[in-house]
Amino acid sequence: MPAKTRYSIFSLVRNAFSYHENWEEAWRSPEPRPEYDVIIVGGGGHGLATAYYLAKEHGITNVAVLEKGWIGGGNTGRNTTVVRSNYLWDESAHLYEHALKLWEGLSQELNFNVMFSQRGLLNLAHSPHEMRGLARRVYALNLNGIDSELLNLEQVRAMCPILNFSPKARYPIYGASLQRRGGVARHDAVAWGYARGADARGVDIIQNCEVTGFQISNGKVHGVETTRGTIRANKVGVVAAGHSSVLADLAGFRLPIQSHPLQAAVSEPVKPILDTVVMSGAVHVYVSQSDKGELVLGAGIDSYNSYSQRGSPKVVEDMFGALVELFPIFSRLKVLRTWGGIVDVCPDASPIIGRTPVEGLYFNCGWGTGGFKATPSSGWVFAHTIANDRPHPLNEAFGLERFSSGHLIDEHGAAAVAH
Amino acid sequence: MTQKNRLPEGGRIDRTRPLGFLFNGRRYTGFAGDTLASALLANDVHFVGRSFKYHRKRGILGSGAEEPNALVQLELGGRTEPNARATQVDLYEGLIASSQNCWPTLEADLGAANSLLSRIYPAGFYYKTFMWPPSFWMTYERFIRRAAGLGRPPREPDPDRYEKAWRHCDVLVVGAGPAGIAAALAAGRSGARVILVDEQAELGGSLLSRKGAIDGAPATHWLDTALGELRSLPEVMVLPRTTAYGYYDHNMIGLIERIGDHRGGSNGGVPRQRLWHVRAKQVVLATGAIERPLVFSDNDRPGILLASAIETYVNRYAVAAGRRGVIVTGNDTGYGAALALAGAGTAVTVVDLRTEPTGPQHETARARGMEILAGHTVARTFGNGRVTGVEVMPMTADGEGVVGSGRRIECDLVGMSGGWSPTVHLYSQSGGKLRYDEALAAFVPGNFRSGQHLAGAVRGSFGLGAALSEGFAAGAAAAEAAGFRAAAAPVPAVEGYEPAPQRMLWVLPSSKPLGHGGKNFVDFQNDVTAADLKLAVREGYRSVEHVKRYTTTGMGTDQGKTSNINALAILSETVGAAIPAVGTTTFRPPYTPVTVGAFASRDLGDLLDPIRRTPTHGWAEKVGAPFENVGQWKRTWYFPKAGETMHAAVNREVKAARTSIGIVDASTLGKIDIQGPDAVKLLNWVYTNAWDNLAIGRSRYGLMLDENGMVFDDGVTTRIGENHYHMTTTTSGAPRVLAWMEEWLQCEWPHYRVFLTSVTEQWATIGVAGPNARKLISELTQDIALEDESFPFMSMKEGHVAGIPARVFRISFTGELSYEINVPTSYGLALWQALMTAGEKYEITPYGTEAMHVLRAEKGYIIVGQDTDGTVTPGDLGMDWIVSKKKPDFLGKRSLARADTRRDDRKHLVGLLTQNPSEAIPEGAQIVGELKPRPPMKMLGHVTSSYYSPNVGRSIALALIEGGRARIGQELHAALPDRNIRVTVTEPRFFDLEGTRVNG
Repeated sequence: MPAKTRYSIFSLVRNAFSYHENWEEAWRSPEPRPEYDVIIVGGGGHGLATAYYLAKEHGITNVAVLEKGWIGGGNTGRNTTVVRSNYLWDESAHLYEHALKLWEGLSQELNFNVMFSQRGLLNLAHSPHEMRGLARRVYALNLNGIDSELLNLEQVRAMCPILNFSPKARYPIYGASLQRRGGVARHDAVAWGYARGADARGVDIIQNCEVTGFQISNGKVHGVETTRGTIRANKVGVVAAGHSSVLADLAGFRLPIQSHPLQAAVSEPVKPILDTVVMSGAVHVYVSQSDKGELVLGAGIDSYNSYSQRGSPKVVEDMFGALVELFPIFSRLKVLRTWGGIVDVCPDASPIIGRTPVEGLYFNCGWGTGGFKATPSSGWVFAHTIANDRPHPLNEAFGLERFSSGHLIDEHGAAAVAH
Repeated sequence: MTQKNRLPEGGRIDRTRPLGFLFNGRRYTGFAGDTLASALLANDVHFVGRSFKYHRKRGILGSGAEEPNALVQLELGGRTEPNARATQVDLYEGLIASSQNCWPTLEADLGAANSLLSRIYPAGFYYKTFMWPPSFWMTYERFIRRAAGLGRPPREPDPDRYEKAWRHCDVLVVGAGPAGIAAALAAGRSGARVILVDEQAELGGSLLSRKGAIDGAPATHWLDTALGELRSLPEVMVLPRTTAYGYYDHNMIGLIERIGDHRGGSNGGVPRQRLWHVRAKQVVLATGAIERPLVFSDNDRPGILLASAIETYVNRYAVAAGRRGVIVTGNDTGYGAALALAGAGTAVTVVDLRTEPTGPQHETARARGMEILAGHTVARTFGNGRVTGVEVMPMTADGEGVVGSGRRIECDLVGMSGGWSPTVHLYSQSGGKLRYDEALAAFVPGNFRSGQHLAGAVRGSFGLGAALSEGFAAGAAAAEAAGFRAAAAPVPAVEGYEPAPQRMLWVLPSSKPLGHGGKNFVDFQNDVTAADLKLAVREGYRSVEHVKRYTTTGMGTDQGKTSNINALAILSETVGAAIPAVGTTTFRPPYTPVTVGAFASRDLGDLLDPIRRTPTHGWAEKVGAPFENVGQWKRTWYFPKAGETMHAAVNREVKAARTSIGIVDASTLGKIDIQGPDAVKLLNWVYTNAWDNLAIGRSRYGLMLDENGMVFDDGVTTRIGENHYHMTTTTSGAPRVLAWMEEWLQCEWPHYRVFLTSVTEQWATIGVAGPNARKLISELTQDIALEDESFPFMSMKEGHVAGIPARVFRISFTGELSYEINVPTSYGLALWQALMTAGEKYEITPYGTEAMHVLRAEKGYIIVGQDTDGTVTPGDLGMDWIVSKKKPDFLGKRSLARADTRRDDRKHLVGLLTQNPSEAIPEGAQIVGELKPRPPMKMLGHVTSSYYSPNVGRSIALALIEGGRARIGQELHAALPDRNIRVTVTEPRFFDLEGTRVNG
């Protein structure tokens, strides 16, 4: 594999002289080979990160990533880009904190600017009851060595003065928790950066290649059937988000996952007005402002199950009502786009990362509404799991078997808005 | 300044109503009927803005929703609106607008320095740099953020109000051009309820922009007659200035009506905008088409417009936007602009990409002696700001190169026509699939959807005749499908129009390689050039979505209305795949941006979420009690006397309930009336204990578990009659419990004969607790015997209290002798007052939620949602006694048998006592066994409830602690950020350990 040109201001200037006509491909588009050591099904951020870490951390480079559409086209390219690690339970806190640490050096590691912006993340509390819940989480995070702090009303006001601090608000603001290291990143860049990094290490990224079945005999996987033919491999990792249940069904087992539409929206771009990420469970919205100037908003999930990537308009309207309630000055901004994705939700709102009833077949799914932030560690631990045929201590608790043992990791309280 | 470009006559403007306005601080005049864009062009103002990335000088490009360039900051202060499209802003007296994204002024914009460095800023450059040193990203980002964005957001709350409306109709017609009006007429005549919407102030669409004849008269005569007839039909509603922005499932269409914007100032007192939700049996889409620009070198100078826009400005607004024009076109419709300009006295040269141009308008132009350069291209343009000239060159036969030498044509106006793209946005949002039509070089609707009809240009049927005939047919078909009889109507006669073949060149050739020298813009707003698209492909971003995201083409506020197809075609040429194989990006709502405030409408403040108040709310308010939000409810928190602190008030209330009588309004408790012969089966499913033998008139406490065996609600249920039960739930859990039981009944046990009704709002519940409770109630009732024998603990009696029909429950959440009196809600306050009056001699003391929490914590009674969090089993709470061993099944039973759920070192509910009796541990505090100098520390659990208890005379706390029951007597630590508190683990009960007080 030829080394890639290093991206930098110098290479930009150098290429400017040749009208940028000599840039090479960020990743190749090869024809699939008949056999690989490992196949990753799903070319989203998690799948590409898995391939990248398989090559980088475990020296396994004979890897194909199979994507039915275009890489990063599912929830990677649809989410609201929030990154944080303020999870309640030890297992989750460690997993997401590992991700946050990887995020902190990711642009340099990948030599691809993923624009990880640690602009801080406020979780608002609107009642003493919510303050108690935030306090519990902040104390737990601190004892796990993870940054998080409680803010009183005045501290919240100093940090985000454009919020509605009226004591007459329907749900007045009482305080907040703050994770200063939290923030946002450029979602597409994460997929592209991992793709470029994986490709440079020899991974084949194969788009427009849908997996239609698994080759399984004697309880062992030997490959996959695809729209571009059979591809053999004795290890297959599935990272297919909203469609994981469909793939599990093809492999002959069931997942405890429900798929729901989740919607998001952006406003027209405006000059900087909101410098941090703000989340409110009681008023049901979360919002940040992108580097382009758009407000990026997330809604709650639609309550019905669906594989269609659209939700009901009512949910979106409620989200904007909540936005104006929290930020009265946003009323005259305009909504540019709304869209939906499919989220795969586990009963305990925590992911599944590990082995399956089929030997050599691994699943990484169930990230619900919060998978983007975990992309680096999700790929990192999944690569470890596939390479060693056993989980890393960081994802040991996240196996499928927890639904029969009952060792659930209930993170419903950690979601940005109530789900 | 005079309106230099205004024609002496013609147009749809009202010359009797001149309107003054300010643009960038200068005063101008226009007329009623103008848009801001047409008024600016009338005053020869072309240069109105700066582009997003390179800060290039930009002018008005279009005349409607497609406009990418002319975005302005409208008005000031609380009413300022960023990113308003000048082409869709109706002019009003006193309008104030200014250019965006430039500093200090539009002309002398420092950001234009970006343009000098544009060579090193190709598409996606930011992914390749700003990475070193790593800690500098936040600094780089600050500058990037300041440079980005377009207009300035308001800094004050919005003074305007918005409304929502809902409407059903038989036929919704979107678009009031000739096709839409014909459809509305055909449907309206049948008697169907019709709604006709159009985004513009004046209905008529292309009839307003193009000269044409219907039935031998000017087309506008037909328009006036048709609109007159529509207004006379009682079932037809016409909504101008109304955009259909979203097409949702089952023919639900979102409309945004601009009621007040065009009035200026405070909108004349009406709401600014109204958001409609229309559910239509049938929808007719007559949304027209949008003209495409041509991609040539420096095609973005002010003075370069879409050809159709030039035609519109002449015919509709009586504005000739220049004195010397060049029209570049690959089709016949581009000649409309040339003819319109020529008619207005502007000299015109037509550059036709076709080597052998044809078409009726071409013939007219030729007949008039207009200069026509066939087989020519525009190689580049000139001007420092406004366009001053173009260089035209003959092309090779294949259109890929130029031959000969260029000729410079001086001009101050350029019109371009790259063909038309049907406005398929709504069709596509509805789930419709697109088909690429090679002849039209456009995507057209590929399949017909049920409940939906298409007419005119949106189908790719161009020309007035097609619009009218398809419009009448679609309207009639829609009415028929909605159950009406539509009589066949004669379609008006129009001159035959045969569209001539067009020539599509997606990038016009020039003497220089693409991107060398000039810039060939595809997406004007986001500054995406043809070279950027090719760079993306070169770098491996080949999927249309990748190209879009990498270059940001089509992602501006115009959502690519003028750029998407050009970008797609250039992409397809570059990758060497046919356009349909490359595919389109998804069309997402809204069609044009919609005000956030309109979605919020009036659902703000107190209307954000309904406020639920109990019958004693007003009484409590009068005595100065504060409230707390519990779910949607306002509950009285405590009842302070004058000058009393919360701590003192709560202590007083807690003591009163244990020494004499406390009274509490518990009306917020969820109440569900359960009736039917299978009621007991349902109870046996949803509760962990057995319900078969509950006698009529007796009550029982129950826990509900979710599928994982975790406690999710609790409450007391009472058997009222043979097949009749009264269930209570927690306050905030009430909706969840009802939904839970309904889900099981509807999905799993539809055969059960049992009905659930929420009666929370129907019953007021007043709790009376304390040693004197029985004495007090006995004074107020004649027909209820209160002695233990006839009215034991956990039972219910019906009768009268204070003359009010009542159900009295003898249950207790305090551990005291206690009655909960339920009366119809409207009697709630009367009962409260009667009890307060009669209780004076016992010093009856009202208490709020805080005292209620302390009282129950003293007894170790849990609050679901506070002492539990969805991870707690009955066993964890020490409540195994309530889990039936005999019942064959109940919800959650299977999960209780799982290995992890059976562990004996799970977190158990225990009590905690601090060393210092007056110190209360903060709720949420984490408990550790071993303190370390710094984290991480192993956490054993957390404090769920913590209070000062005056009855125990010290602080008390409940906590969930790993293996807690085995730790009773152990010393642990609450580890807080600023201090540690040493605690001793105890049983989770602190008062009346024998439990005798409940009997008085």
